[in-house]
Amino acid sequence: MMSRPLIELRGLSKRYGVGDGVVLALEHVSLNIERGEFVAIMGPSGSGKSTLMNILGCLDRPTEGTYRLDGEDVGSLDKAQLALLRNRRLGFVFQSYNLLGRTSALHNVMLPMLYDRQRPRTPEARLALAGTMLDLVGLTARGHHQPHELSGGQQQRVAIARALVNDPSLILADEPTGNLDSRSGEEIMALLHGLHAAGRTIVMVTHEAALASRADRVLTMHDGRVQADVANGASVEKTIAGAAA
Amino acid sequence: MIPREFLRTAWESIRKNKLRSFLTMLGIIIGTASVIVMVAISAGTEAAIEEQITGLGSNLVFVTASFSRGGPGEGMSSGGLVYDDAAALHEGIRGVEGVIVEQGASASLRAGSVSLDEVEILGTTPAFPTVRDVNLQSGRFLLEAEVQRKAKVAVLGAGLAEELFGESDPIGQTVTAGTTKLTVVGVTAPKGSVGGTDFDSRLYTPITVVFQKFTPAQFSRIVGDRVRAITIAVAEDQDLNETILQIKLLLSKRHEVSLEALDFTVTTQDDIINTRESTTAAFRSLLSWVAGVSLIVGGIGIMNIMLVSVTERTREIGIRQAVGASPSDIRWQFLTESLLLSLVGGAVGVVAGVGGAWLFGVFSEMPTVVVPESIILAFASAAAVGGFFGFYPANRAARLDPIEALRHE
Ligand SMILES: Nc1ncnc2c1ncn2[C@@H]1O[C@H](COP(=O)(O)OP(=O)(O)OP(=O)(O)O)[C@@H](O)[C@H]1O
Ligand SMILES: [Mg+2]
Repeated sequence: MMSRPLIELRGLSKRYGVGDGVVLALEHVSLNIERGEFVAIMGPSGSGKSTLMNILGCLDRPTEGTYRLDGEDVGSLDKAQLALLRNRRLGFVFQSYNLLGRTSALHNVMLPMLYDRQRPRTPEARLALAGTMLDLVGLTARGHHQPHELSGGQQQRVAIARALVNDPSLILADEPTGNLDSRSGEEIMALLHGLHAAGRTIVMVTHEAALASRADRVLTMHDGRVQADVANGASVEKTIAGAAA
Repeated sequence: MIPREFLRTAWESIRKNKLRSFLTMLGIIIGTASVIVMVAISAGTEAAIEEQITGLGSNLVFVTASFSRGGPGEGMSSGGLVYDDAAALHEGIRGVEGVIVEQGASASLRAGSVSLDEVEILGTTPAFPTVRDVNLQSGRFLLEAEVQRKAKVAVLGAGLAEELFGESDPIGQTVTAGTTKLTVVGVTAPKGSVGGTDFDSRLYTPITVVFQKFTPAQFSRIVGDRVRAITIAVAEDQDLNETILQIKLLLSKRHEVSLEALDFTVTTQDDIINTRESTTAAFRSLLSWVAGVSLIVGGIGIMNIMLVSVTERTREIGIRQAVGASPSDIRWQFLTESLLLSLVGGAVGVVAGVGGAWLFGVFSEMPTVVVPESIILAFASAAAVGGFFGFYPANRAARLDPIEALRHE
């Protein structure tokens, strides 16, 4: 009596360009991610990690294959429905933070709430919730600072607060510590592990084996395929490269 | 997104680029200001014409001397009107209620301790109150006998009387116009300004006195009893065209000229109003071109700036899309910005237009009346321009692909 996986990918491919110049960024990727998992994705540069994350984050569409999120076929949704999905169920953390410039940390964190039509909140409620989120990431005192007044680690914490504010079921982090020194990176990892402990599903791309080793499961990508899918603790390795559903 | 947030975001963006926003608004500002000034001029002209018609009361016909063969000074034996023509017209044409002859001049005035510079002196004849629809407040108007014997008498406009004599009764007092002493015999009731003529600050005296005392000697020698214009009041029930024909017949016979080569022209109040209307119409059409062109140029300016803004803010758009902004959220965000630009421009334009209309009324011949509806019209045009020219850039922003937008540097 297992419930459906949070993420189901079947035969997912992504091609860029046409003719001779065609790049296969993803090739027949099929996998499931369960609710509550902390999945790390590793692999050499250009292996398709970001491409996969962008598709998972509904920022991009696959050329082929299906992506079911919570049982819903994402491929059948229009742009507005995808926007709603990103707003309500996904939280994206980027390597380069992607905060709005010249906008305070509080306003950055409030941004997803502004686009949440189904849960309209008063400005006071929005401010209060954004404040709570900044507390959660340890930036209580920095709410009125603009991104350029914050360190990289602090900016990334603002980005995490923003990703969390609409209470998403899935958090996607593409190299969240990639631009940070090891100490700030540790703080971010501690935050993500805290969220995981609280029951959230997290998918994170990283180049650091040490960080990946602390996840429940590590996917290794190579040339657009999932080369290895390893559950930590039990070192069972199943090679599913090229597996077509 | 919530409308208020769209507004806040749009306002922030406009504020962050103050100079750019202002320059963008300039076309809209000029456009809306022109709309208001244009409507103010039309309304002012209409009001002035209305006032002129009601103020003048009766049907007026103006006979003007045309010195077509030789100017004054040479060959004056033929051509021009003479003083006696006025009396002949009064007697010879049916339905004429009054005939006057007018000759203007200006002189300094002195009465007791008060002296005024450059006061308008109007030489005229006894029928003036009837023809020009002026009432007397006290005393009486000029008499025919006074015109004949060049009596040194004066009738004061209401305002002038008060300036010269204050509370005390001017009748029987003496005013000195230039060097001529005139005895005040009457004061006209206030009438105000009609068609650019201020009836209340003038001094009326027999036309013969003006010829004798207030026109340059050489000019009066040449002119003699010639007059430049005769104004005729015709009864309301008369056919004006018929009357004009009779005037032409009578005068051509008196002047011994043929109907084809008249030495005078006959115009009516309507002709004057028409000329005036066509001048303002020309001006109005010029301004509506200015308004239309600057609104369109302003709109193109808005479109241009919004396109630049969409490109500059592509990454911001990507971020907003990533956290859940739908295409319509993005469209509205940019549409709000262009609408706000055009409406703020419109507001500045309205203020400038109202100010401009006022200045126009003060410093030009054209009277202006700011019409409240024109403010609404100006605002509506500005909004329409903002919406129309803002739509394409907004749509372009809305169609951006989230991942492309996020990759944009
Ligand atoms: N927009 C694009 N147009 C063309 N090719 C692209 C595009 N985006 C990605 N690619 C190609 O797809 C492949 C996978 O790219 P991707 O960004 O997913 O790699 P990655 O694993 O995230 O690498 P890195 O570790 O450097 O971030 C690469 O070969 C890349 O060149
Ligand atoms: Mg990448």
